[in-house]
Amino acid sequence: MNRSLRPLAATAVIFLLAYGAAALQFPGLFSTRVLGNFLTDNAFLGIAAVGMTFVILSGGIDLSVGAVIGLSGVLVAVMISWLGMPPLIAFALTLTIAAAFGAAMGAAIHWLRVPSFIVTLAGMFLARGAASVISPDSIPIHHAAYDWVSQAYWKMPGGGRLSLIGALMVMVFILGAVLAHRTRFGANVYALGGNAASAELMGVPVSRTTVLIYTLSSTLAGLAGIVFSLYTQAGYSLSAVGVELDAIGAVVIGGTLLTGGYGFVAGTFIGVMLMGLVQTYIIFDGTLSSWWTKIVIGVLLFMFILLQRLVFRAQAARD
Amino acid sequence: MTRFDPGRLITPQTIALAAVLIFNWLLFPGFFSVEWKDGRLFGSLIDVLNRGAPVAILAIGMTAVIATKGVDLSVGAVMAIAGAVAASAVEAGLSVWVAVPLALGAGLACGLWNGVLVAVLDIQPIIATLVIMVAGRGIAQLITQGFIVTFNDPALIFIGTGSAFGLPMPVLIAAALLILTTLAVRRTALGLLIEAVGVNRSAARFSGISAMSLLLLVYVFSGFCAAVAGVIVAADIHGADANNAGLWLELDAILAVVIGGTSLLGGRFSIHMSVLGAIIIQAMNTGILVSGFRPEFNLIVKAGIIIAILVLQSPVASWLFRRGRE
Repeated sequence: MNRSLRPLAATAVIFLLAYGAAALQFPGLFSTRVLGNFLTDNAFLGIAAVGMTFVILSGGIDLSVGAVIGLSGVLVAVMISWLGMPPLIAFALTLTIAAAFGAAMGAAIHWLRVPSFIVTLAGMFLARGAASVISPDSIPIHHAAYDWVSQAYWKMPGGGRLSLIGALMVMVFILGAVLAHRTRFGANVYALGGNAASAELMGVPVSRTTVLIYTLSSTLAGLAGIVFSLYTQAGYSLSAVGVELDAIGAVVIGGTLLTGGYGFVAGTFIGVMLMGLVQTYIIFDGTLSSWWTKIVIGVLLFMFILLQRLVFRAQAARD
Repeated sequence: MTRFDPGRLITPQTIALAAVLIFNWLLFPGFFSVEWKDGRLFGSLIDVLNRGAPVAILAIGMTAVIATKGVDLSVGAVMAIAGAVAASAVEAGLSVWVAVPLALGAGLACGLWNGVLVAVLDIQPIIATLVIMVAGRGIAQLITQGFIVTFNDPALIFIGTGSAFGLPMPVLIAAALLILTTLAVRRTALGLLIEAVGVNRSAARFSGISAMSLLLLVYVFSGFCAAVAGVIVAADIHGADANNAGLWLELDAILAVVIGGTSLLGGRFSIHMSVLGAIIIQAMNTGILVSGFRPEFNLIVKAGIIIAILVLQSPVASWLFRRGRE
């Protein structure tokens, strides 16, 4: 097996072991019903995590993801419920605004030469503040097409429901994997994360790539916001608080190196599924309190960081 | 020592603070009035200091961490843990002389954990401290069993709402920490060593500085500061709220440090400027509240200030500035 695939394989094996152990205890977990719910419930997180994967691959971090999800949900709700726009136009406008927001952050990171951490922190305050100023209250969305889309599903064998938003997430992951591993842009992202200085010397268009990375992340966060508004049938300025942490967690658990330059989009998918598994297991168990979710995810995060550290230290010693 | 020079008081930070205060005064004419009542001072200015104290305390610890080119995202969650420990301990019948050291001990332990991950295992600070940021609130809920633990212990409540020498306790605690820390880093070589590690860790190690123990020290210190802030916040509301105590305060603390002019890239740092940054943030919060704007505008104003500072500190601005002078 290709040596560079080992951390991805490790994550996949750990997920399968955890899933197997959980399914032994609760046979009900091993069904397409649970699988379908996994995809639907984590759709917005998964879509945002794809964008975060690109940011982290390039050696950056995007703290504004949760706030952009909240802002886009509010924008969609305002356009449909208050202004009476057709949903598709509202979606297009919202995605354009999110993309412009990301492009501005990327431009600030590149030309002001400040860490992505602090620029996206300002972006987080700005997006969350803008959403709260537009409407501090939750705005319900009542629209026939909206109801249809949020209810649409394909019945899988075994009685599970693959909802439209669940399928959308899987599609975003596939497109993200192609973009990262099969295009010039993807190669540039890896080069930037590996070593920005040598990437520039090799002729990687650093400014364009940086702007595009954050544009992509914010656009996907905007899409996640639309999905979240479909999921909850409302737009609320305080929704998805802290989702950036879940997304970062999923990316790390998925085996992407936080210093950039190494990782897989598919790993992030396993990371999202593993986090969904922890939540589902705690719901199935019934006796565990909800705070165990946070603790277990923290422990998982720690284990995977440690694993990465040990794997790469061993590799560095061999090279 | 250098002679005191009044010109040194004029910095972008003091100008910003003066501007915010004057703005508040224009919106609310009674802003500067301070009165003596029941043996202590009352007024909006005192309120700004009192409300700003927790973030100021966090900023003191955060400055030391950021000076070593690190960052501590876990301080908000550590505040929740410390508050939960203190509240649960006094509710279990322990005296405040046991409860507060226990809470501070919890903060030191969290700081030590972060320090080991950063210094010994060599993990990026953002990620290393993310573990407690994610798991910490879960641990705090585990301690309080998911409830908001309220208490009536007068000695513990005194830490948050009492006063001495006419000033509220949180202000006095923050001032004491500021003075002690400044003495420790400026009257000994400690500050210089921290800066050396922040500028170049390997170079510092080769010149004989024990970078590992220094890094451990700053993270433990940051955990301690977070625990102090957590106890104050819990004592102030007479209860420990594991979900909301210190929520997003890590971002305010980082913002205070950045406003104070400490570079996120490590090296040169100034603890009193960070405290000033915390006071500016609180003066803005108070100003938005007294002016009758919706509190939601707070976030937008904060974002605007970060952007302004980033533009002013950027290489582009300094290039323009240099060209203007030639």
